[in-house]
Amino acid sequence: MEYKRITLLCGHYGSGKTNVALNIAYRLKQQTDNVAIADLDIVNPYFRTKDSKEELKNRGIKLIASEYAGTNVDIPAMPQEMYSLTDDTSITAVIDVGGDDRGALALGRIAPKIVEENNYEMLLVINKFRPLTPDAESTIEVLREIEAAGKIKFTAIVNNSNLGAETTAEDVIGSVDYANRVSQLTGLPVKCTSVNESLYSELEGKIENLLPLKLQTKIN
Amino acid sequence: MADKVLMKGNEAIAEAAIKAGCMHYFGYPITPQTEIAAYMAKRMPKIGGVFLQAESEIAAINMVYGVASTGHRVMTSSSSPGVSLKSEGLSYLAGADLPSLIVNVQRGGPGLGGIQPSQSDYYQATKGGGHGDFHMIVLAPASVQEMADLTVKGFELADKYRMTSMILADGTMGQMMEPVSLDYDIAPAPEKPWATTGTKMEREHNIVNSLFLSPEKLEQINFERFEKYKAIEENEAMYEEYMMEDAEICVCAFGIAARVAKNAINEARKQGIKVGLIRPITLWPFPSAPFKKAAAQVKEIISVELSMGQMIDDIKLASECKVPVTLCNRVGGMIPSPEQVLEAIVKANNGGAL
Repeated sequence: MEYKRITLLCGHYGSGKTNVALNIAYRLKQQTDNVAIADLDIVNPYFRTKDSKEELKNRGIKLIASEYAGTNVDIPAMPQEMYSLTDDTSITAVIDVGGDDRGALALGRIAPKIVEENNYEMLLVINKFRPLTPDAESTIEVLREIEAAGKIKFTAIVNNSNLGAETTAEDVIGSVDYANRVSQLTGLPVKCTSVNESLYSELEGKIENLLPLKLQTKIN
Repeated sequence: MADKVLMKGNEAIAEAAIKAGCMHYFGYPITPQTEIAAYMAKRMPKIGGVFLQAESEIAAINMVYGVASTGHRVMTSSSSPGVSLKSEGLSYLAGADLPSLIVNVQRGGPGLGGIQPSQSDYYQATKGGGHGDFHMIVLAPASVQEMADLTVKGFELADKYRMTSMILADGTMGQMMEPVSLDYDIAPAPEKPWATTGTKMEREHNIVNSLFLSPEKLEQINFERFEKYKAIEENEAMYEEYMMEDAEICVCAFGIAARVAKNAINEARKQGIKVGLIRPITLWPFPSAPFKKAAAQVKEIISVELSMGQMIDDIKLASECKVPVTLCNRVGGMIPSPEQVLEAIVKANNGGAL
C-alpha cells in the first residue's frame, strides 16, 4: 500500500483506530527507517497506543505520547514533542487521534501545518458493528463532526468492521457493502479492510486491499 | 450473522437502560464511567428522553429522587468519589422507598485515588451507601453482556421491591469492548399507586418523604423494610459456580477478578488441582448457600479482590469460618494476574506451602 508522509487515523471511539494505527506503523517501518507514531488521544484513559510502548521500542518505532498517558493524571494532555510531527519532515508519521469530534479537537493545533505541507492521508476508521454507527448515514454524521472539530478533511476510509473476538469472515464480508456505501456517499475511496490476522487467510482473495492486524491486548 | 453489536461496558449499561424504559438520566462526568453520560447525551434527545448533565453529583442524585417519586424509571452513574457524594441521596431514596438504578464504575481509592479499576467500594455498596439502616440490591457484572443484562434486571428488582439497585462494576468492565446482544423482552413496569402523578381530584395525595415525626412510626417502617430485605435475601441471591463439583479449593471472586480467577483455575486444573469458583452476581444479597456447601467440601477458600479484603468478611460469615479464608489481591488500580491467583491456589493445595 502507498503511504503519505503523515497518516492520520480518526473515527468514532471504539472503531479500532489504535490497532489500525499501530499496524500501519509496523508496515511503514518495513518500508522506511524513520517512523514515529503519535498518541494524541485526549479522550480515552484506558486503551491507547502507549500501552504498546514495549512492542514499539522493540520494532524501533518512535512513540510520541503524553508522559501522563496511562497514569492517574486524568487530564487531556498533549505530548510535548507533538510539533516535531510537522516540523521534522524526515519523519514518516502515524497519528492516532482520539475518538469522535472531542478527540479530533486536539488535531486543530497542528492541522493547518499538515494541510499546508499537503503530504498527508487522513483515514476514517469505521466499524458497522458499533451501536452508534450501524449504517452509512450515522457514520457520515461522525465524519462531518470530526472534520469540523479537527479542521482537516478525510481522504480515505479504513473498513475495520468487527465484533471483537467473535468476528467471523462472514461478518467482514457482510460489511463490505456498508463501507462501499460510505465511500459512494462521501466520494472517499476505501483504502483497505482491516481484519484480525487470524482471519486473513480465510479472507485473502475475497476482499481487496486486506490489512491483517496484530492486535494490542490488555486483559482477557 | 450477528444481531450483536460491539460495545464498551459503559455503553452497554446505557443502551440496556434505555431498552428497559429508562427515559431519564442525570449525571456528572468522571472517569472511568463517562461513556455512560456521553452515550445518553447522544441517544436521549433522539428518543424523546431526558439527558441532563447536573452541576454536581449531589444535584444528579436528587434529580433521580424527583423522577423516581413520579414512578418513572430513572438512573444516574458515577465512579467511586462521585458515589460518595451521592450517599446522602441514596439514603433519602431508601428512606422514601423509591426505586432507582445507580451505577458505580469503581476506581482506585480512597480519596481522589486514581482512574484505574478497583473493587474497594464493596463495603460502601453492600454495608451502607449512606446513613441509616438500609440496603441496596448490588449487582456485579463480569462481562459486557452482563453489564447490559444486570441493568435490565436492576430496574426490574428496583421496581419490584421499591428500592435502589446498584450496578457495582469497575473501570475495566466499563472500558472493555465485547460483542453483546440487546434483544430483551421487557415486561411492563408494575403499577405504582404510590407515585406522585397528580390526584386528578380522584384520590388522596401521595406523599414521598423520608421524614417521620413519630419515632414509633419510624421504628415500624424500619421493621417493615427489613422484612422486605429478608424476603430479598431468601429469593434474589444470584451466583455462578464453575468447576465446584469435585473442588477441594474454592476461589471466590466477582467482576473482573472472576475473569482472572477463571483463567487461573483452568491452568490449575491442567496441573491436576481440584479447584473451582463461586462468583457472586448479587453482592447484596450475598449468596450464602454455595458457601455453606463449599465449607463442608473444600479445605480453603481464596477471596480474589481488587481491594484490601472486603468481600472476604461476607465469605467468612457465609462459610461460618469452618475453613480458612485467605486473600489474594491487588489494589490502587492494579489487577491480580492469573499467575498470582494460580500461585495462591497452588499454595492452598499444598496446605499453605509453595
